[in-house]
Amino acid sequence: MPILEVNHINKSFGSTKVLDDISFSLDRGKALAIIGSSGSGKTTLLRCLNFLETPNAGQIIVNGETLFDAADHSSKSDAEIRKRRLHFGMVFQSFNLFPQYTALENVMLASLLLARERPDYKQRKREIHEEIEHHAIELLSQMSLEGRMSHYPHQLSGGQQQRVAIARALALQPDILCFDEPTSALDPELTGEVLKVIRSLADQHTTMIIVTHEMAFARDVADHVLFMDGGVIVEQGTPAELFENTQNERTRAFLSRFSQNS
Amino acid sequence: MSGSITLSSVTMTLLEGFGVTVELFALTLLFSLPLGLLLSFGTMSRFTPLRGVVKTVVWIIRGTPLMLQIIVIFYGPGLLWDADPLPRFTAALIAFVINYACYFSEIFRGGIQSIPRGQQEAGLVLGMTKSQIFFKVTLLQVIKRIVPPMGNEFINLVKDTALARTIAVYEVLWMGETFIKKGAIWPMFYTAVFYLAFNGILVLLFGWLEKKLDYFRA
Repeated sequence: MPILEVNHINKSFGSTKVLDDISFSLDRGKALAIIGSSGSGKTTLLRCLNFLETPNAGQIIVNGETLFDAADHSSKSDAEIRKRRLHFGMVFQSFNLFPQYTALENVMLASLLLARERPDYKQRKREIHEEIEHHAIELLSQMSLEGRMSHYPHQLSGGQQQRVAIARALALQPDILCFDEPTSALDPELTGEVLKVIRSLADQHTTMIIVTHEMAFARDVADHVLFMDGGVIVEQGTPAELFENTQNERTRAFLSRFSQNS
Repeated sequence: MSGSITLSSVTMTLLEGFGVTVELFALTLLFSLPLGLLLSFGTMSRFTPLRGVVKTVVWIIRGTPLMLQIIVIFYGPGLLWDADPLPRFTAALIAFVINYACYFSEIFRGGIQSIPRGQQEAGLVLGMTKSQIFFKVTLLQVIKRIVPPMGNEFINLVKDTALARTIAVYEVLWMGETFIKKGAIWPMFYTAVFYLAFNGILVLLFGWLEKKLDYFRA
């Protein structure tokens, strides 16, 4: 059974159709890359998965549990959505770290707030806090940020900030980690360090969806690639199928435009 | 003429008035800051009628002189409904609270809306509730951004308290004026020292706060 099934997602902003009948599935431990030009709906798709946008139609199923069904108008309370969101982690193009917290605090904050809802929080407060801190330190070390834990975001480079953001998303142990153009706001030299981290996550079989303009990276790291254009999935398949043997005119045009640019 | 006008007797009298000034200042802040925050939520509400009402109130209050508002609140109830007038200090306080809450609401709204949307979204995808996001993420960034305009408003408020004399609240300027009848005008000028000292402290306080929040960039 796939960990994620997306069925017939539609999304319109006013009269503009941004996502048109999007369906795909993803197996546990696999990395999915979504490629396509700006405005093709890639980011909107990720935002739908994270419940930052509400699809007009379709279903989102994780581990066999229907998290979202546009046809079902009941259970859509804030609290419900909040719980469902936790199946997904999100890394933004613009990092969106909380500026008033250190790297370590950024990674710990959400876990600490969630821990307050645990029934044993009052008795085990100190213990829980230590567990969370320990986990956060581990994650930041995994991102090679041992020496940056008590730095504030503005004291970090873009690449370091993005790695903190990745650790922050991992802290809640999401089933699926989503990346929205994680390197688009970075200098080429900083891009590498972030890609390296994402690659190592793929090696550890983290289930991921990566929206990216880094074609070489997508081809290298992804198990499955999805090419979007004008709100539809034009083609999907293995990197080899898409990048080397595509029979599709639009895919080919897009890829050749890319290889010219880079 | 009762007693001689010496520096120390004048100082004692003015200090008495200054106590009223400080009380008016402190109580106005105590009530207008939270009220201003509520009003700012009103002006940002997605519920159009509420937004309309709040925006109209803010327009009326910011669009008319504070002195007029003080007079209306003190004399209005008596003229309209034959009600007993409010105590003078209370009437002045109500006028100040409403007036300053409206100005604060606009500062808060500007501050809140200037925080990038990504902050809220980052909180949401981390499973935080809206109130957790407001108190744990947004609020401190808003405070940092509104410190300079709030400093202005606080300083304005110190000086605006003098308007309470319109309905004979015995604040420091009123006390200074009483000496004119006794033939001395310098106590009036002397009141400036009290305002300057008070505002000097505020300037230092806001400078300290700005420094305190300098550890992060938002």
